[in-house]
Amino acid sequence: MKNLPEVLIVGLGAFLALLATAFSKDNLFQVHMGILCFILVGSTIVLLRRIEFVSPGAETVATDSSSYMDDVIRFGVIATVFWGIVGFLVGVVIAAQLAWPFLNIEPYFNFGRLRPLHTSAVIFAFGGNALICTSFYVVQRTCRARLYGGDLAWFVFWGYQLFIVMAATGYLLGITQSKEYAEPEWYVDIWLTVVWVAYLVVFMGTIVKRKEPHIYVANWFYLSFIVTVAMLHLVNNASVPVSFLGVKSYSAFSGVQDALTQWWYGHNAVGFFLTAGFLGMMYYFVPKQAGRPVYSYRLSIIHFWALIFLYIWAGPHHLHYTALPDWAQTLGMVFSIMLWMPSWGGMINGLMTLQGAWDKLRTDPILRMFVISLAFYGMSTFEGPVMSIKSVNSLSHYTDWTIGHVHSGALGWNGMIVFGSLYYLVPKLWSRRQLYSLKLVNWHLWLATLGIVIYAAVMWVAGITQGLMWREYDDQGFLVNSFIETVSAIHPEYVMRTVGGLLYLSGAILMVYNFWRTIRGDTPETVTSVSPSTVPAE
Amino acid sequence: MLFLSQHAKLERNLSLMFVFSLIAVLIGGIVEIAPLFYVKNTIEKVEGMRPYTPLELAGRDIYIREGCYVCHSQMIRPFRDEVERYGHYSLAAESMYDHPFQWGSKRTGPDLARVGGRYSDEWHVQHLKNPQSVVPESIMPKYSFLAETELLPKNIAGHLKANAVVGVPYTPEMIANALADLQAQADPDADTDGLEERYQKISIRDFDGDPQAITEMDALVAYLQMLGTLVDFEAYKQNENLR
Repeated sequence: MKNLPEVLIVGLGAFLALLATAFSKDNLFQVHMGILCFILVGSTIVLLRRIEFVSPGAETVATDSSSYMDDVIRFGVIATVFWGIVGFLVGVVIAAQLAWPFLNIEPYFNFGRLRPLHTSAVIFAFGGNALICTSFYVVQRTCRARLYGGDLAWFVFWGYQLFIVMAATGYLLGITQSKEYAEPEWYVDIWLTVVWVAYLVVFMGTIVKRKEPHIYVANWFYLSFIVTVAMLHLVNNASVPVSFLGVKSYSAFSGVQDALTQWWYGHNAVGFFLTAGFLGMMYYFVPKQAGRPVYSYRLSIIHFWALIFLYIWAGPHHLHYTALPDWAQTLGMVFSIMLWMPSWGGMINGLMTLQGAWDKLRTDPILRMFVISLAFYGMSTFEGPVMSIKSVNSLSHYTDWTIGHVHSGALGWNGMIVFGSLYYLVPKLWSRRQLYSLKLVNWHLWLATLGIVIYAAVMWVAGITQGLMWREYDDQGFLVNSFIETVSAIHPEYVMRTVGGLLYLSGAILMVYNFWRTIRGDTPETVTSVSPSTVPAE
Repeated sequence: MLFLSQHAKLERNLSLMFVFSLIAVLIGGIVEIAPLFYVKNTIEKVEGMRPYTPLELAGRDIYIREGCYVCHSQMIRPFRDEVERYGHYSLAAESMYDHPFQWGSKRTGPDLARVGGRYSDEWHVQHLKNPQSVVPESIMPKYSFLAETELLPKNIAGHLKANAVVGVPYTPEMIANALADLQAQADPDADTDGLEERYQKISIRDFDGDPQAITEMDALVAYLQMLGTLVDFEAYKQNENLR
């Protein structure tokens, strides 16, 4: 009987969740465990229906264990797109809430609860699924080996989705430990640890099985991302739960120690989750799409080691002029500025990979997407060091400049590189000759780019306006503005920011339509049998 | 090149690659974070700091639950405008019992590190119920449900105990009296001798204007009203713990 152990384990999980609901010490835990129980019971039923009974003596159809394991990647692509739309949509909603506060619906849909939902949905659900599915794709191709561990890859995929759903429902219920980008409470953290260890096993196991003597550079980045995120997650989430049947826990650290631990984590969630992992993506898909080898092998070695070593030090720049000791702030600033170099090393290595293939930019909107992504990577890794300079930070900190900076990185670099990789992957994974429409890809590209440019520009204006207004004195030596005046001053920018977000979201919706038609096997009448490379320039 | 040929060994050996990248990412954190547990000005004790009362702790948990830290910082930087706007710059010691810290990273609304005592309880209640009714241009969401939600503190002693495990100096006496202390702080008619003995500089009153019940509004306002009020800066010697 296939699937029996899985059914038993998930069913047991559902039963335990039911017990936890019954004996919970607080209402939130009761509701949250109820949700978990509901999900697990549903999963058990789905699994039960898929049980195959094999009569004794009959030959079981062995799955082809020599080929690449791509089913889980197909699911991963769909999950990435789904969570992307959710994350962007919530982002547009909370942007609108800041412009028009009546859009808050208490208690579950207030800004304070939706904002972590937005950040986690885009970073961990959209970005995380993109990282997991592309890393599974890349590691198999570059090692010429099937994923290690059989169904363990499926556990990683579904386990990660469960983590996302538990984290997301928790935020709406108000279950949070208030550490930015590490909001889920202790029991969800423990679950993520289990899933992450399984992910590490699958990934490293596949490299061990490799038939290529060299470990390809993309895998260095993926590996350092998985290892470092594990370390950060374990340390930053160290806490003592009030009860094993309750939601609340108290962080093991307090005050200044907790602050630096959090931003050591928080900055390296950017550095490793959103940079090192995505550079792994870049090192595979950009050369593939350009049809050119990576520009410089030496540069990739130098910038890899420099990047992972320097990034860890940069956390204190989130705590300039706070109660954190000056030496730590200065250390964080110096390393942040040094970080500019390895970051641009990655950008240069990516862009120069197009050497000899620049002409393809005229005809290939996917390649264009990669180039824009790398350009935003370069832009925001220059802006970051500038903002980490203490005197600049004294103005920019606590303002929307930071929000703009984050989004030029997240929407520009992370978003675009994922879109490009998915556009590359979907026809391959579903064995389609080409995408349904390259024209729609082009529309997506420009809608998204316009959205980012609007977003970043108005956030610069909003941030610098507010920062200057806070410190504005009149000639008598009095503060000119009350706080609320600095809020109403940036209302137009908040409206424009929502527009920028909407443009970005609409581009992503075009992508969903394009994928849906591609997967269905549709080809547009206009470009029936023409390969993408010969589509005339627009 | 020697360097490249050496690196080729790493590229062919997963264990080496794993160990080297782990070492590379361990160093920075150790150098920066570990000293904070020993350096004097990050662990100094400042006159006046005490653990939160049970009611304040419950209020702080609501502050965290609603994500207030998303828009409000609790960290005043040592700049002329901030000190004038918000009060004395924040000391490390002032968040020594904050598990986790609430310094925040964004000021969509003003800093709250010293909001305690600046507004009346009535103002806070009205503002939380409907921010636009007292500050018309405000973009803060409404929190009127707090006034209607009864505080359920049945396991408040457990919360104090968990804090004690991570290092907050709650005494066994404080833990044993947690529930009674919580109720007494919101009730002006209660016998509060023990409570006042256990916690210095404490406000005892009905915070939400509804003496019938202890609501989440009571707890949150009690927390907001004590923020930044513990350290007496007249007596604080700022050069005692030079960095």
